[in-house]
Amino acid sequence: MASNAAVPFWRAAGMTYITYSNICATMVRNCLKEPYRTEALSREKVHYSVSKWVDGNPEKPSIRSDTSQE
Amino acid sequence: MLRQVSRLLGRPIAAQQQVKMLAGRAFFSTDVPATPTEDSTFVESWKKLIPNIEPPKTPSAFMKPRPPPPSSIPSKLTVNFVLPYESVLSGKEVDMVIVPATTGQMGVLPGHVPTIAELKPGILSVHEGNDVTKYLLSSGFAFIHANSVADIIVVEAVPIDRIDQNLVQKGLAEFTQKLNSATTELEKAEAQVGIDVHSALNAALTG
Repeated sequence: MASNAAVPFWRAAGMTYITYSNICATMVRNCLKEPYRTEALSREKVHYSVSKWVDGNPEKPSIRSDTSQE
Repeated sequence: MLRQVSRLLGRPIAAQQQVKMLAGRAFFSTDVPATPTEDSTFVESWKKLIPNIEPPKTPSAFMKPRPPPPSSIPSKLTVNFVLPYESVLSGKEVDMVIVPATTGQMGVLPGHVPTIAELKPGILSVHEGNDVTKYLLSSGFAFIHANSVADIIVVEAVPIDRIDQNLVQKGLAEFTQKLNSATTELEKAEAQVGIDVHSALNAALTG
């Protein structure tokens, strides 16, 4: 049985499947026609709040909003 | 008198069991009984130790066993085509689907052998009578079950008419150029992914 043989090129380069899949999806969304494109890209937006912890105490959280365009 | 009743009731069931054994079928893992299974080793060790109390049910007793596949091949394939934000087809009965597996375009008919296929960016075509609906998939998986149900799960899928030709050409040129100027393995892999996806998009527009 092929256990380690024939890994896909992206895994050999250190990319995980989720990263690969998300990159493929972003590229497809970038090639859509206009009204669909903006609505698809808005689907990829991520909103989250991040707070760093120092000495067991959380600092003030900051709210971030990232799109796939980095 | 009651003892005779149980003997009379016992006879027809025994006859049915004999008929089953005489049928001479090989035992497949798909021939699962319809009654809930219980963990026999656990029950036996419990009964040895604590004969007075009923053994508790283990999680496997609560699990519904997999239903056996239908004995005759169904005439239609049931397709569930889902995206994270929408289910495009849900339990739709079709004649055939062609999925873009990493090993090539795979046609799935009713009665297909159970398969798990990883999908590459490409075209999914759903054939229903004379209608063919095509979608461009980004990547995902296709699970084909023994009872002719196909689950196709992808991250992003678009009907072909929503793809913009110019953006595809631009993207293809950009990623080809990135591949030439890439230094690290990761950049090369990303550029190669870009080329694959955009060539699939191009093929969808022209093919």
